[in-house]
Amino acid sequence: MTVDKEMLAQFLLRMGDNTLVLGHRVSEWCGHAPILEEDIALANTALDLIGQTQLWLGHAADVMGEGKSADDLAFLRDVWDFRNVLLLELPNGDFGQTLMRQFLFDAFQSILLPRLMKSTDAEVAAIAAKASKEAAYHVERSADTVVGLGDGTEESHARMQAALEYLWPYVGEMFASDEVDAAMAAAGIAPDPATLRDEYDALVGKVLAEATLSIPSDGFAHKGGRSGKMHTEHLGHMLTQMQWLQRAYPGNTW
Amino acid sequence: MERTVANTSPASVAQIWDWLDKVPDPEIPVISLVDLGVIRDVAYDGDTLVVSVTPTYSGCPATGIINMDIETALRDHGVSKLELRRKLAPAWTTDWLSDKGRAAMQEFGIAPPQPTGGPKKCPNCGSQHVEKLSQFGSTPCKAQWRCTACLEPFDYFKCI
Repeated sequence: MTVDKEMLAQFLLRMGDNTLVLGHRVSEWCGHAPILEEDIALANTALDLIGQTQLWLGHAADVMGEGKSADDLAFLRDVWDFRNVLLLELPNGDFGQTLMRQFLFDAFQSILLPRLMKSTDAEVAAIAAKASKEAAYHVERSADTVVGLGDGTEESHARMQAALEYLWPYVGEMFASDEVDAAMAAAGIAPDPATLRDEYDALVGKVLAEATLSIPSDGFAHKGGRSGKMHTEHLGHMLTQMQWLQRAYPGNTW
Repeated sequence: MERTVANTSPASVAQIWDWLDKVPDPEIPVISLVDLGVIRDVAYDGDTLVVSVTPTYSGCPATGIINMDIETALRDHGVSKLELRRKLAPAWTTDWLSDKGRAAMQEFGIAPPQPTGGPKKCPNCGSQHVEKLSQFGSTPCKAQWRCTACLEPFDYFKCI
């Protein structure tokens, strides 16, 4: 079955913008983490995410067929063209909040990517096979850290509970499917994310229970990032940092 | 008129593999790129030599250096028509590390990957009493461990 190229490009931008925006956010910790081992771990995680971004945005650029590169898409698009979920563009907060967000996203990726390995799009399947190994490693660490800090001291527990309450309203967007997802599902390229929710709730529920943290009961979800309808004010600020060199010196290379 | 044989007959595929097995990994120079398992295929497409290379981790900064080192080595051996292809699937796995590479790594002080997910023994003193310090290390492919017998920290090559 042939798929609408614009729809496929949208799907690939969502995949690549998620890893790009989170990769950049995590890289902001480089040199600032509480201990050396965590600094290295965060930098390594960011590196994996940026590497995955090169593959997703590279494929997106090929599908778009306008002669652009992954770098063009990363550094020369404006806020309104980004398709990442809002969760990932939020500022890092403290170390606990950063790792809570990492866990909430890693858990999603660890469920989505193995399914993408069976995609009818061979390149999507190949990228997913590569990325899912890294996501499995990431979720192991972020889940361990969430449990360690949640079921830790009174102070760390309180911070992790606050982080969960702040971030939870952004989780629902990952599962808010639309016509792009319907087209991907019909073409066998990607599953409808709404169908992954039960498995996600089971995984996240198990880890957060072990971390002695309570999931907020309110099901409200902030949306708009993956559909491109709206972003938070934070993304624009982040892009001024991430894109400044290509904006100030267009076409500059190493 | 004399003919220079070296310039007219292309090197055999076996010869190319042999040359590539002399190209060190840029981050763990005691093992070769062939030992690392990133060279997936060597073949001629007409008179062009095509070398297929797979990345270890998708964001590994050594990937660019590896391609450059392959090109430099083969050009030094007189290969003029060369194409490097990125081969993403099947995804790289530490199962592809050669036995020679594993032994060299251990000798160098890096514990080779184990299916159990942790090092079998300390690469310095051989003790089996080891503990994990961090799941991540100095390069994307390594984690940090410590020996509780000799107290030396060491790198462990992650099993993926």
